[in-house]
Amino acid sequence: MIESILVEGLIYGIMALGVFITFRVLDFPDLTVDGSFPLGAALMVQGLLLGMNGWLALLIAFIGGMLAGIVTALIHNHLKVPNLLAGILTMTMLYSINIRILGNRANVPIIDQKTLLSDVSSRFSGVIPDEYILLVFFVIVALGIKLLVDLFFHTDLGMTIGAMGNNEQMVISQGINPKTLKTIGLGLSNGLVAVSGAFAAQYLGFADVGLGQGIIISGLASVMIGEFLIRKSNRIGVLTLCAVAGSILFHAVMYVGRYYGYVIKMTPNDLSLIKGLLIIILLVLTQSRKLNMAAIKAMVQK
Amino acid sequence: MIAIKNVSVIFNQGTVNENQALRDINLNIKEGDFITIIGSNGAGKSTLFNLIAGTITPVVGSIHASGRTITREPEYKRAQYIGRIFQNPLLGTASNMSLEDNMMITYRKGFKWLKRSLNNKMREYFRSELVQLKMGLEHRMKENLVMFSGGQRQALTLLMMVLSKPSLILLDEHTAALDPKNAEIVLELTDKFIREYKLTSMMITHNMSHAIEYGNRLLMMDQGEIIFDVSGDAKKELTVEKLIEKFHELRHRGFENDRALLSE
Repeated sequence: MIESILVEGLIYGIMALGVFITFRVLDFPDLTVDGSFPLGAALMVQGLLLGMNGWLALLIAFIGGMLAGIVTALIHNHLKVPNLLAGILTMTMLYSINIRILGNRANVPIIDQKTLLSDVSSRFSGVIPDEYILLVFFVIVALGIKLLVDLFFHTDLGMTIGAMGNNEQMVISQGINPKTLKTIGLGLSNGLVAVSGAFAAQYLGFADVGLGQGIIISGLASVMIGEFLIRKSNRIGVLTLCAVAGSILFHAVMYVGRYYGYVIKMTPNDLSLIKGLLIIILLVLTQSRKLNMAAIKAMVQK
Repeated sequence: MIAIKNVSVIFNQGTVNENQALRDINLNIKEGDFITIIGSNGAGKSTLFNLIAGTITPVVGSIHASGRTITREPEYKRAQYIGRIFQNPLLGTASNMSLEDNMMITYRKGFKWLKRSLNNKMREYFRSELVQLKMGLEHRMKENLVMFSGGQRQALTLLMMVLSKPSLILLDEHTAALDPKNAEIVLELTDKFIREYKLTSMMITHNMSHAIEYGNRLLMMDQGEIIFDVSGDAKKELTVEKLIEKFHELRHRGFENDRALLSE
């Protein structure tokens, strides 16, 4: 039970990293995620079915996700469409595209197919206890991606993107086109989301166009739970770690809801409601914590 | 160096809210000029800056920089050679980043690549430049800018802009949001930098005595027009009273809120 929560949390943690980049670093609420997640899954599954190397299929999924993000950025930048609407447009179009990629089917199973995960499992079976192989693999993958994201935001380009989310005028004043930075940021974010989708499809054993429905809420909840773990930090390494940790916690809550929810007569259909309520509760808690902090500050200053 | 020819700016053209912000402006900014600009609210001072910086494009007329027409060049491209400081001290720096990161971002203009330029050599250079501000910021390089006061942030923005060596700097009431003491410090630093680096600059101010004290040229604006342009010795002889009198003479009415303008 614990392993599967951790594995799920880590897989979706990659998606949470993507959501963190758009919502927190870029300050761009990007809903493309609901489409780029199943896009990654579809590209991965179709790649495997075509007999492609697993890592190559994963790379294609990443590039596909990036392109989806870039489309949203282009719609927003050049047609002056508000960011939320731009994301919804791309997401809606991706629904049809994903069905096309899956060969006009809504669901494609890969139960007997060789995947990256089955490769890893067979290669390391005997070295590591079977039930922990995937866990170790995903710890390495998720932390590796987290470190790459950290590294990116320490470069000059990454720092400038960070500054733009905070102060767009500052970036313009530096002679940089903020549209370019938004395009790069959205591309990177959705690339990560698609990679997450690609791993999710292999873990679940199928790709489904509905896989991304409401996934943005899971990502956002993960990021918010993560933020709740720390009081305040501007260290990118801490923030990305919290996003991944938040995803694990979020999936633990969902796991409990799914398997023990029957105690309070809850069905899996209620999970969406629970996710939404969870976000609302987190918002309330964050607000009250901010107020408390302000009150304490005022007390100290007196 | 920068020339504005027959420029008019009209907001909300064709609606009941139509507002002619600039009327047929002609202005030639020469290299080395330090121009101070005064005028009441709505005179078009900030619109003039927005026009030069590229935030807005004129309805008619053209703008030229060193012989090149830049009327339609976007703001971010002009920012490569035009530096601007706003009234709001938060607009020049990123609050959620450290001082050294902010300096790294503002150190060089233009697009940045996947390179990590912040190293100990850079830090040492930043530290040595920060000493000039005499604010002790050189010991706080790793701190977030949220922890800094408006005056410190504005001084930092000024320093970083100067280091990028722009051909023209626009100061849009950059001390108006600061407390009197900090405003004085930032203004003195501004004057010092402009002299030291021989910067061509324009400064909007609501303080007439500052407008007279600083710079070699003064523009008075009213209702979208430059009504008075004085430089050299004629400017040196100006006093606040003479300026107000000049306004009466030119416009046959009182300087609307001259009391506010005279207040320190």
